[in-house]
Amino acid sequence: MGGPSVSEVQGFVTESLGLRGRAPEHLLQHLIAVQQRFGWVPPAAVEALSAALDVTRTQVRAAIAFYAFLHDRPRGDFDILFSDNITDRMLGNQRLLGLLAEQLGMGTDATRADGRVTLGLTSCTGMCDQGPALLVNGRAVTALTPQRIDRIADLVGQGVPLERWPGEYFRVEDNLRRRGLLLSNPVTDGAGLRKLVDLGVEPALADLERSGLRGRGGAGFTTALKWKFCREAPDGDRYVVCNADEGEPGTFKDRVLLTGYADLVIEGMTICAAVVGARRGFIYLRGEYAYLLPHLESVLARRRAEGLLGESILGKIGFDFEIAVHLGAGAYICGEETALIESLEGRRGVTRKRAPYPVIAGYKDRPTVVNNVETFLAAARVVQWGGYWFRGEGTDQSAGSKILSVSGDCARPGIYEYPFGTPVHRVLTDCGAERTQALQISGASGTTLTPADFDRIIAFEDLSTAGSFMIFDHSRDMFDMVQNFAAFFAHESCGFCTPCRVGGSLLHNLVEKVAAGQASEHDLGELRQIGGVMRLASYCGLGNTAPNHILNTLDKFPDIYQRRLRSAEYTPSFDLDGALAEARALAGRDDAAAHIADLSPEDQSETEEAAV
Amino acid sequence: MSHSFTLDGQETAFVPGQTIMEAAQAAGVYIPHLCHNPDYAPHGSCRVCLVGVGRRQVSACTTRVMEGMEVDNASESVQANRRAVLQMLFAEGNHICPACERSGNCQLQAVAYYTGMLAPHYPPFFPRRPVDASHPDFIIDFGRCILCELCVRASRDHDGKRVFAISGRGLASHLVIDSPSGLLGDSCFAAADRAAHVCPTGAILPKHKGFERPIGERLYDREPISKVGDLRAHEDEVD
Amino acid sequence: MTDKPRVATTSLCGCFGCHMSLLDIDERILQLVQLVRFDRTPLTDIKTIGECDLGLIEGGVANAENVEVLREFRRHCKVLVAVGACAVNGGIPAMRNQFTLKECLEESYVGGVGVHNPGIPNDPEIPLLLNQVHPIHEVVKVDYFLPGCPPSADTLWTFLTELLAGQPIAFPYTQIHYD
Repeated sequence: MGGPSVSEVQGFVTESLGLRGRAPEHLLQHLIAVQQRFGWVPPAAVEALSAALDVTRTQVRAAIAFYAFLHDRPRGDFDILFSDNITDRMLGNQRLLGLLAEQLGMGTDATRADGRVTLGLTSCTGMCDQGPALLVNGRAVTALTPQRIDRIADLVGQGVPLERWPGEYFRVEDNLRRRGLLLSNPVTDGAGLRKLVDLGVEPALADLERSGLRGRGGAGFTTALKWKFCREAPDGDRYVVCNADEGEPGTFKDRVLLTGYADLVIEGMTICAAVVGARRGFIYLRGEYAYLLPHLESVLARRRAEGLLGESILGKIGFDFEIAVHLGAGAYICGEETALIESLEGRRGVTRKRAPYPVIAGYKDRPTVVNNVETFLAAARVVQWGGYWFRGEGTDQSAGSKILSVSGDCARPGIYEYPFGTPVHRVLTDCGAERTQALQISGASGTTLTPADFDRIIAFEDLSTAGSFMIFDHSRDMFDMVQNFAAFFAHESCGFCTPCRVGGSLLHNLVEKVAAGQASEHDLGELRQIGGVMRLASYCGLGNTAPNHILNTLDKFPDIYQRRLRSAEYTPSFDLDGALAEARALAGRDDAAAHIADLSPEDQSETEEAAV
Repeated sequence: MSHSFTLDGQETAFVPGQTIMEAAQAAGVYIPHLCHNPDYAPHGSCRVCLVGVGRRQVSACTTRVMEGMEVDNASESVQANRRAVLQMLFAEGNHICPACERSGNCQLQAVAYYTGMLAPHYPPFFPRRPVDASHPDFIIDFGRCILCELCVRASRDHDGKRVFAISGRGLASHLVIDSPSGLLGDSCFAAADRAAHVCPTGAILPKHKGFERPIGERLYDREPISKVGDLRAHEDEVD
Repeated sequence: MTDKPRVATTSLCGCFGCHMSLLDIDERILQLVQLVRFDRTPLTDIKTIGECDLGLIEGGVANAENVEVLREFRRHCKVLVAVGACAVNGGIPAMRNQFTLKECLEESYVGGVGVHNPGIPNDPEIPLLLNQVHPIHEVVKVDYFLPGCPPSADTLWTFLTELLAGQPIAFPYTQIHYD
């Protein structure tokens, strides 16, 4: 592989610096651009960015090592990553990956010797309702079938550039199945913003308070309160950030909102800016949704032209607000608001200490409102149509509606909007789920429900959810889910705090031990113990919730573990005979003494007795 | 008006704005910790300073004291979680104490003694991390790094050098050095830097003086860290 | 006499330092033999293990024979104790885990200083090495851990006397150290 010349790389970096800026916080955006251009980040780019942005080369390398979509080594011309959420697995992604690898004559996690193509897996890409999905050079390809894989193998084999691949491969459906309070009317003509400009900020804030709107990202903090805290913070710059890092496995509603309702989301951000006194805002868009960037940029440009964004919005002197879209680069943790802010500032997405909360010290240590896409959308409508309109739906503690991302075993996966207070069984009926064994609500970090829970309601006071709704019917082995999530959390831990960094990997190894049929009852105790420590002792929500799926299924689906256990009370933590393989090869031996029996003789007899 | 909270059942005074760690230290109560060092901003990453507040456990170094707060620093459930966190740190790295020059003067070890840890319990990861002996005065054994970021913070905030950073993520997180070769000897690190003297383990060690004081007569050999205090108070004896 | 608790000891991948430390209890060994009866142990040179109440394991698990002996001890001992740093976390021998087994064997038998007749041994009588050295709790269930390199004679004495007396085992601060 020749690779780009140093001068070519330097030239591109210079161009990028001119385009995106020379402040340290632009580092990540430059790296993403370099990665997109060259398929990796060459050392010359590290040096050039380090020199231009006043960050050490170590910080540049650290960022590359942190984000899954940045690489310090060349990838194939076609960098293909299969989405590996459990819903992709249920739709056969592993088989399709195997098929593609076979056709391309390579491994499933490798770069082909000729440098043409790289294959691998990536965390959920937010296409669960139209999976299995993959990313090729960052572009989402949906609805994979063996036929489509055959064709992709040909296209890759012939080196056909992505622009000439069939357009339908990149089609992403909205699958809007049920429109409620917010989705039933996508139209906006800036009415909320006009009302705000006409009546002033106070009535808008009053409506927001009246509405009872709470954050839609899962935690459910009262939106009016968050905005007020930010507004009341000491003078100086403030920021509004839209969290579009929708990384929770099984969630994809923000993708649909940013596709069909981007105006309303941006309007919500602009209203927020007026309320808190911010002049700059960001949409932090997950790297997997990079294909939405041109669309969002065009909406932003149109709104600027319409006087709904930019300087003197709607002619009001002093009402200035500008929004930039920042891309993520493959890090689930960046959905956590403080990690997101770190990432916005160009660094590794590691969670910050709280307090102070972002409303006091967020982006650049200035007061910052970070809200979910859906929250801004709701806020825009609340200001437009009034707090009572919103409050009229939902329950006492959970006003309004919730937009769900429904996937898994059902006839009609997609987006469903319901009033808060809707029971789970209603959603299952509407989406055509049959013989449902379990429901994973609120994503990998959420709660595993069994049919006994299906009368429970979607509401902050009962089942609080960011909207992920993954359905498993009776044909599924719930242990597949556990294995998928355990690998996910070990991969996505940012590594900052001990319990999540180490505990997550310990859990993953134990789950793999169970999967291999090598675990004992003792190991289930270990799963509970480690999970308990992570829940209590981790630094942020990721670590606190990472063991949920294990702790939930140990209680609700004990059989998926029990039927894989050894009868022995205790089993080794590693494959004893496998650990001799290297020595056997080096000594050229394969005699009886060159092997270790799987179980000690006594354990063996116990197993035999158990079998009888 | 004086302010007070309850620390292990004892009414304890505090100054508004103090963290639980600061208020406890002011009252002469030891809370075990590793990534905390009062010379630098609270960090909260090691999770060893967990204390019980209501039904939750929080890190004492990052949590502000509130009037009337009831803090549990001594119950078995708090100690058990601290022990588990320490066992994770021991399992994560290569902590072969008999081969470590810092042994006996090591805060990681001393805190583990304090919590009653007898063994790392979890299957060790045995990461392969080569030693960096390229610097004339110091060596770095990355296998002993617990990612507390004290050297990162000291180099950046005190020395104004940014010699160290953390790279990677998850279990692959690791300490890196800012130099063209990635080696310490090739960086602007100097023996006089604060960053050379804040490591709570044997990851960053001075050369040529490993066994000046024999095992058995070292800082934490006879009395627990709760009485002896942090390495910070004994730098002249250790380095 | 026959109802005295039976004790077995062995050294796996260790240096016998923990056994030396046991002998360091000096004249208290006379008390100890009043309290227990030694089964298989290098101290008595008994080679086979019978049913025992207590097994003391020094050393980590580095080869196939270590695994076999450790399993045999676990089968025959009601209570199994990891004695010393190597049994507890692999200790000094586990420092070879920084290298591949190939690197270790080639250094020792092929390319190292002073090697004559280079070649990696392949005699079936020689136990094969595991690719890494492991603490014993990675292979069998361990009931007690006594850290130290070695644990001091006093540590061992405290442990044995309190365990045999059926008391909860509490060590003074100075008796627990990892080095």
